[in-house]
Amino acid sequence: MTKTKITSNSRRRSGNVGLMIPMYVFTILFVALPILYLFLLSFLQRAQVWGVDFTFTLDNYKRILEPLYLDTFWQSLKLAFTATFFVALIGYPYGYFMAKMNAVWKRRMLLLIMIPFWTSALIRLYGWIIVFRSNGVLDKILMGLHLTKQPLKLLYTYPAVVVGMVYSLLPFMILAVYSSAEKLDASLVEASRDLGASAWKAFWTVSFRLTLPGLLSGVVLSFIPSMGLFFIADILGGNKIVLVGSVIQEQITKGRNQPFAAALSAVLMILTSVMIRLYRKITGTSQLEGMM
Amino acid sequence: MGESILQLRQIRKSFDNTEVLKGIDLEVAQGEFITLLGASGCGKTTTLRIIAGLELPDAGQVILEGQDITNREPNKRDVNTVFQNYALFPHMNVSDNVGYGLKIRKVPKAEIERKVEQALRLVQLEEYGKRMPDQLSGGQKQRIAIARAVINEPKVLLLDEPLGALDLKLRRQMQLELKRLQKRLGITFIYITHDQEEAINMSDRIGVMHEGILEQLGTPNEVYYQPQTSYVADFVGNANILHKNGETFAIRSENILMNGETVCTREAVVVEKSFAGGQLRILFRLPDGQTLTASRYGIDNDLQPGQKVKIGWDAKDAVKVIDNDKDENHK
Amino acid sequence: MKKKKWPFVYVALITVLTYIPILLTVVYSFNASKLTSVWEGFSLKWYRELFRDRDLGEALINSLILAVLSCAFAVLIGTSGALGMSRRKRKLDDAVAYVSTLPIMIPEIILGMVFLSVFSLMGLPFGMVTLVIAHTTFCVPYVFTMVRARLVGMDRSLEEAALDLGATKWQVFRDVILPQILPAILSGVLLAFAMSFDDVVISIFVTGPKVNTLPVKIYTKLKTGVTPEINALATVMLFVILLCLAGAYVLGRKSQTAVEKAAGGK
Repeated sequence: MTKTKITSNSRRRSGNVGLMIPMYVFTILFVALPILYLFLLSFLQRAQVWGVDFTFTLDNYKRILEPLYLDTFWQSLKLAFTATFFVALIGYPYGYFMAKMNAVWKRRMLLLIMIPFWTSALIRLYGWIIVFRSNGVLDKILMGLHLTKQPLKLLYTYPAVVVGMVYSLLPFMILAVYSSAEKLDASLVEASRDLGASAWKAFWTVSFRLTLPGLLSGVVLSFIPSMGLFFIADILGGNKIVLVGSVIQEQITKGRNQPFAAALSAVLMILTSVMIRLYRKITGTSQLEGMM
Repeated sequence: MGESILQLRQIRKSFDNTEVLKGIDLEVAQGEFITLLGASGCGKTTTLRIIAGLELPDAGQVILEGQDITNREPNKRDVNTVFQNYALFPHMNVSDNVGYGLKIRKVPKAEIERKVEQALRLVQLEEYGKRMPDQLSGGQKQRIAIARAVINEPKVLLLDEPLGALDLKLRRQMQLELKRLQKRLGITFIYITHDQEEAINMSDRIGVMHEGILEQLGTPNEVYYQPQTSYVADFVGNANILHKNGETFAIRSENILMNGETVCTREAVVVEKSFAGGQLRILFRLPDGQTLTASRYGIDNDLQPGQKVKIGWDAKDAVKVIDNDKDENHK
Repeated sequence: MKKKKWPFVYVALITVLTYIPILLTVVYSFNASKLTSVWEGFSLKWYRELFRDRDLGEALINSLILAVLSCAFAVLIGTSGALGMSRRKRKLDDAVAYVSTLPIMIPEIILGMVFLSVFSLMGLPFGMVTLVIAHTTFCVPYVFTMVRARLVGMDRSLEEAALDLGATKWQVFRDVILPQILPAILSGVLLAFAMSFDDVVISIFVTGPKVNTLPVKIYTKLKTGVTPEINALATVMLFVILLCLAGAYVLGRKSQTAVEKAAGGK
């Protein structure tokens, strides 16, 4: 026997109940209850001056069905999908190639990816402002190479926002794909080549299939935050790009309408859990791989 | 060997509705080397863990030097264990590992150093103090695990199949070393193994366990030559089990005689020959359908399958046993 | 198999692209001109402004305190939770574990919104108190999952060996379990610290009128107008991070040579 058994009826084990108390208390008090309160709140009415009136109403949810807000949701989803698509496109090969490097380079690459992650997200975005601004660096380069004659007005546009989001979310995808690709057994690819498959076919039928969980968990890890990163849209998109997140924030600060904001959040949360459910069904895993 | 130092009385234990120990009684004498022998799942490891305090029995008592320690915590028993996978603390070096028990008991630092040095010398690893466990070979780890246990001078030392992961040659060597160590230290050793060779080589007494029951307890000689049940007869050495007139007998395969000795009066047909355990084994079938195996040194002889031979055995070599083995007619 | 070059080219290209904004920020932090379209020469004046800026300094300290406190609580809660759960199998435990990870699974605005409403309801003072609570909720999962993963693969016989040798439960924890989970705790804390220090969204929602965290301060500054101070700040932060990494590397090499010496000595 190499692993030892722990009996379930030993008296010894009872001392562990105490260990669980902090986690239980904290989680129930500050996670479970708040989320439940959110749902409750969405069915209430906004009070006259400030705060909440405890009368039940479905008005908040009805209001969401108005074209203005439906459109906002749709915009957010569109942006999230677009960003996630590019993140996957760029990040998957990156993570995959990283896993194929030798041990020394692997460590270096992990470090290289993590360093930007450690600097403030906002500051990294600011760097992009410098690049995209009219007569900014990008313009200077393009005009210098005589590719364009006039400054491109890239800042405060949709593509700028997408670039900003992809940039922020890339590390998640890369790490998720990397951790999955790292476990890939090289002998499986060799076996398929041995059986006659071309390099592309071998990749597609063996490597890709086996790293799919990593890709999918990367998608989830990118998609969910992308639904809420409104500050990126704010900074790089100005007032032109309005996302759900911005609306929610506005409703609270300017509109002073907590219940409506709660309803918007509730809908967003349901959309997110649907995504997660879908992911679990597809991959059949109970833990996100990208979570190390 | 002195008087009784440890007693187990009617120990019972179940795991998930399966009864693993069905009432074990055992008396261990001070200074003896006793081995619990049996196949996987027979309950020998569970018995050991109950003595160590790592499991609580459902019923029964564990008495050490007259004191009932059944419910006592493992860290309060004067008993130490050598684990099968060594269980050396990976983040401590060899010296810290070996001296851990003394440190816990707040022995002064200088004395710990002295005793650790002594213990390492005992297992012939004096220069290894500063090494980390992952820099040791299997055999070295084993010896450090032993040093870590014996340094505390426990009343009883428990060893859970400590040689299982070692290769044959090293195992044989370690068997002798352990035996020598035990004699030198005078500590009571309770040893666990499924290897009958090991048990016979090292033990003063052997307890054969089968499905939660202690089938026989005796010296190697007794267990080998006078098995009490058919299971013991077959597990320790290879015995033939014969049924006659409602009684069951065990005859060791080396005691089956052939080729014209006076006792050879039974007709038998050769079924097949094989080479196993370093000996030639010939399977015979008797007229009533039962089979017997004879063993000889060498790798072959003239007998051919299908040949009719007269075989027999000395009456004294047929030991009457209690029949409790489910698989009868072993080859 | 032939060694193909293009994977490396691709990786190098993307890496360079990701570092361009950062490098630009560093470069422009030394630009004497306020505008990025003009280069007026090398200057340290933005750094001078940075160190003179009281508000930013205060915000920085707030962020540090917040991150440290949140991580400390997260370690206590997450580690004890992981330890407790590793010894028993209860369905309720799994449910609580799942709920505790929700803060990193749901979009931050929702979390911010949730905390805002609940804290209003509870009548808690908006400021450091609410910030710490909110940050702790999303720091706990990082520590918890890493410690739990480590505990799952841990060899139980080590604990039994320590008990066997006379250790009390506390000593078993201190001498056997803790050394083994320490790397996991550190990994979790490293991640949690970064998430807390960098948090914008949740902090916006639960911060108080007097308390400003660094990201929130930067965010408001970015919205109102551009000051190149920010470039200087970014450069300084980058420098600090590189310093820490270098320090960790040196420490790692030091302990390695110590072990090698001890092993090869005899």
